[in-house]
Amino acid sequence: MAEDTLLTDDFLRQLINVGEVDILVGLPTHNNANTIEPVIRAIQAGILKCFPRERAVIVNADGGSQDGTPELVISASIDDVWSVSKVYALRTLHSISTRYARSPEPGTALRTILAAADLLRAKACVVVSPDSTTIEPDWLQRLARPVYNDNFDLVSPIYRRQEFEGVLMRNLLYPMTRAIYGYRVREPYASEFAISGRLATDFLTKETWNDEWGRIGAEICLTITAITGKYRVCQSFLGTKAQPYRSASDLVAAMRRTVGALFSSLDSNFPLWSTIAGSQPVPTLGAQSEAAQSEVMLEPVRVNRKRLREMFATGVAQLEPVFRSILSASTLSELQRIATLEVSEFNYPADVWAKTVFEFAASYHKSVISRDHIVQALVPLYRGRTLTFLLENRDGSGENIERSVESLCGEFERLKPYLVEVWADRK
Amino acid sequence: MREIIITELTQALQELARGFAHYLPRLIVMLIVAFLGWVVAYLLKVLVRSILRLTKFSKLLENAGATQLLNQAALPSSTELLSQVVFWVAWVGFILLGVSVLGIVGLREYISRFFLFLPRLLVALIILFVGLLVASFFSRAALLAAVNANFRSSRLLSVLIRIIISIFALSMVLEVLGVAEETMLIAFGTAFGAVMLGLAIAFGIGGKDLAREFLEKKFATEKKEEKDDELSPL
Repeated sequence: MAEDTLLTDDFLRQLINVGEVDILVGLPTHNNANTIEPVIRAIQAGILKCFPRERAVIVNADGGSQDGTPELVISASIDDVWSVSKVYALRTLHSISTRYARSPEPGTALRTILAAADLLRAKACVVVSPDSTTIEPDWLQRLARPVYNDNFDLVSPIYRRQEFEGVLMRNLLYPMTRAIYGYRVREPYASEFAISGRLATDFLTKETWNDEWGRIGAEICLTITAITGKYRVCQSFLGTKAQPYRSASDLVAAMRRTVGALFSSLDSNFPLWSTIAGSQPVPTLGAQSEAAQSEVMLEPVRVNRKRLREMFATGVAQLEPVFRSILSASTLSELQRIATLEVSEFNYPADVWAKTVFEFAASYHKSVISRDHIVQALVPLYRGRTLTFLLENRDGSGENIERSVESLCGEFERLKPYLVEVWADRK
Repeated sequence: MREIIITELTQALQELARGFAHYLPRLIVMLIVAFLGWVVAYLLKVLVRSILRLTKFSKLLENAGATQLLNQAALPSSTELLSQVVFWVAWVGFILLGVSVLGIVGLREYISRFFLFLPRLLVALIILFVGLLVASFFSRAALLAAVNANFRSSRLLSVLIRIIISIFALSMVLEVLGVAEETMLIAFGTAFGAVMLGLAIAFGIGGKDLAREFLEKKFATEKKEEKDDELSPL
């Protein structure tokens, strides 16, 4: 079994001391000392408030923190939470920690948490991001309750976002996952989610872990496994998503672990997705409306639109030899035309964007060049699409943004036969 | 006079016939060896092609960017190319073996030299192929990284990396072939050192102040712009 080699002896001893549990809360960390304490307090308060009778454990999988994050997790006292919430747990709430590697590997962290859930026979496993400073105790209930009480296998989050955050999610991951697999899961790559014990056990046995893309993008692979395995999937409205630190290098890494993993999943699931047309909604709990997630403006976002256009145009010009082996001649010439447009008239239309993404996916399947290079080559084009998204929704409300995303999803679904065509035909 | 000419011609023809009769069996043996060689080479080609297809060798090279390189050079697929190389090397080897049966004294030395040279030629070809692959892969990796980091001279950087790796591979090939080893080594070392020294002087001494000003401006502005530009993708 995978756990034999994955879990250290020390961690196994800790797990044996804990014994069987009902709910396991996983916390993958790496140098999160600045944000971990409020997150831990919210988790503890959530367990005390919503699951006082259940056996629960907090499992920290740490990727070699140098700032004492694991120590903070273990030492976080529950006394403070008791005094504030005036609620007392009827069971001992354990907090244990393990270092799975010297450097962070998100896939291994998730695998460690799932292996622990499997060993402890947890009925529900909730994973929480250590960066979620906006977390509230209720999040735990909203994530775990559908699994624990209503027999759902995967609870995916819905957030209230700043209107221009989550651009990759809104412009690529959600529309493409929806068009390919036929389910409207808003956050296919989630940093907070809950899964059932049986899905955790099944996912642990998948070959995904042997694949590089599966390891770095395990979260999106988990969503796809739940959808393709006909598990019961639902969404739960959590609240405002914390705005993480942004940098250019983060974008390339984010593309690798999301788009790379999504493209990679298409290979083995072709017989399934090639026959799906359209999409169906998944049960959504707690959200007032889908548009609610785009309603708030946490702070004004400053974006240098001119520079975004420049980066797109430079990318199209400089990467032309790379694009020639990935894109069709018509799509490439359309991109070259768009690259000549000024910011005021800039428009990367939804249908061209959908075609671009599908041609990238087909080229990825055919490995026309290194797969990692294909994913990296999409970055400048994504910047162009980001600019169009910003310009289209400059003065738009949450509902307008929602309509824009819905329209893009429609284009992805409409053009799906084109993907099937290029998938088979591309040399 | 006429009789003398006829006698000489008859003798010459008889000698030619004797020579031909002497060489005819050897010629037949040579042709048989060449034919057998063709059959063996063909079987080897089929065997190599099957093994490469079974081991998905072309998929491996596709990931490394070899297929694109071969397409650009208008060459057949990697599997076809390798099986063709095996075919021709085996057949030429058999032909030369056949030629050696003819017993032409001068040729034997050249044939034995050729067989001694063959392994080195193969190694050189492999080094050249791998070198070009590596150059192609790393130049594209550099191009993508530079474009995504908004580096202005991305193409130049990519071409420079391709040239440096290609020159390095070529110098190794020439060394393996034994062609002007020392000259190549010195030329490569000198050229590479000169480029690095030139860059060091240009940035370190010649344009010290300018470089400092440029770098300060560049990175200060980029950091500020980067913060403004990047929206959280997830």
